[in-house]
Amino acid sequence: MPDATGLELTAHELREADSGSILGTEFHRGRATLLANAEHVVTVLSTLQNKGYTFLASLHGCDYYPEEPRLGVLYELLDMKNVDRITVKARVPVDEPRIASVVELFPGANHPEREVYDMFGVVFEGHPDLRRILMPEDYEGFPQRRDFPVGGEAVLFTYNEQTSYGKWH
Amino acid sequence: MALTSDYRKREESITFSAEPAGQGETHELLTLNIGPHHPATHGVLRLIATLEGEVVRDIKPIIGYVHTGIEKTAEQKSYWKVIPVIERMDYLSYYFNAMAFCGAVETLLDVEVPPRAQYLRVIHLELNRIASHLFWLATGALDLGAISIFWYCLREREMIMDLFEMSSGQRMHTRYFQVGGVVEDIPRGFPAKLRKFLDVMPSRADQYADVLENNQIAFERLHGVCPLDEETLLKIGVTGPLLRAAGNPWDLRKAAPYSSYENFDFKIPVGTVGDNYDRFRVRLAEIYESVKIVSQALEGLPEGPFITTDRKVALPPRHELATSMEALIHHFKLVTEGFRVPTGEAYYPIEGPRGELGCFVRADGSAKPARVHMRDPSFVNLQALAPMVRGAYIADMIATLAMLDPILGGIDR
Repeated sequence: MPDATGLELTAHELREADSGSILGTEFHRGRATLLANAEHVVTVLSTLQNKGYTFLASLHGCDYYPEEPRLGVLYELLDMKNVDRITVKARVPVDEPRIASVVELFPGANHPEREVYDMFGVVFEGHPDLRRILMPEDYEGFPQRRDFPVGGEAVLFTYNEQTSYGKWH
Repeated sequence: MALTSDYRKREESITFSAEPAGQGETHELLTLNIGPHHPATHGVLRLIATLEGEVVRDIKPIIGYVHTGIEKTAEQKSYWKVIPVIERMDYLSYYFNAMAFCGAVETLLDVEVPPRAQYLRVIHLELNRIASHLFWLATGALDLGAISIFWYCLREREMIMDLFEMSSGQRMHTRYFQVGGVVEDIPRGFPAKLRKFLDVMPSRADQYADVLENNQIAFERLHGVCPLDEETLLKIGVTGPLLRAAGNPWDLRKAAPYSSYENFDFKIPVGTVGDNYDRFRVRLAEIYESVKIVSQALEGLPEGPFITTDRKVALPPRHELATSMEALIHHFKLVTEGFRVPTGEAYYPIEGPRGELGCFVRADGSAKPARVHMRDPSFVNLQALAPMVRGAYIADMIATLAMLDPILGGIDR
């Protein structure tokens, strides 16, 4: 992990290359996070990739309800040579959840981006095959959002198949 | 007479040219659905294979059949009650799931884990790695048609299951790891039983190698089949034995040690070309290394508490409840509400049996996590299946899937 100073230097470098790309930094319990502008996420990630963070360890979504902008997409980058990790976090609003896809830079982002779309409804522009991945194709709603209720779906059993509002009748 | 001469004529007309099939108007591609319920897909995995004769031209995995929403469930439970559900993600490496989650929460809480607990964790993690690899070898060899090795591998796995039962009361999904340490110290008799296992395991692993390698059919079905180079694997994000089989010695236990892995002397087995044979050999060699780590951890097991003494996080010992009001209050508070975790985010990666297993936890200051995400190695590694098997025979695709070792519980979560 870069220390707090190293993180600031990286942020400064990224700002020099592309002003307005970095909105801020977070350093918590040894974990360095760059808050990136969602519109500049591809340039930020490609700059970091050229700096040595060539491995995308994980890509996941997070709902920051009730904060705005609500949805977050987190990229956990790894520099295998220097054993160094850095996180890039981009926030997108829930009514316009669009962000550029990074499949071009990291082909391994394909499945994780589909998962974030499936669970949070974030649309990755430029993704080659953006479909639901874990939920059924005809599913409505984005279940990992914080305002999505738990237990809202009736489970069909033989005893309630006549009375429940299932799909079977 | 006329019949035989006609036969000879027809025989002569057959050409054995090595022209690539599937060219021209007479050939067409066949789309074949494999699964989701199929014994060779290692769980509920569905594959849409585009075939040209027997050759796989493209493959699309379709997943989600065992999606149970564990990440969503985890948000409804207090931190210590998340451990049992999160263990059920990748059902063959439950200790690893628990370790990644506990590690993330411990990072957020800034709790010190006592050395004895770290060593006990290492013992159970490495035993779990052996058990997971044994199950992989058993079912993987089964896909190659070798049935006998299945019973041998499960025989040794049974010894590990008995050890888990001894230390925690459960054979699978043991809930042994707690935030701040482990739930209980190992019982009397555990070290002796463990030593018995450690003595027998390396020679048994030798036998597996002999059974499979001296079998020409098994050897040829592995050797040189479906290789994938290191660069492509890294681009896809593949970690673990698959990456090491291609020659990259990346292992988080060495690169970024956690839970006092830096105290142990072990090697990282690597392959050379990254074919199925290397994948098989790397995992088999890892069994020996894990045995070495467990025996070192057992010999050097430090004295001391097995869970943190921070009463805000870990339950007080039972005997204190009878005499101390404060202990009773802590016990009540922990059992009813659980502990609160200060606001923050953590990503805790560990080396699972299939690669980097990272747990992301976001805490919002309450007693329940606001987001739990597991970066499961199988989920990412499955993307490497298509580049591996393009141009290979369908039977080799089954063998490659077995050597990929995907666990659908971890993929679908």
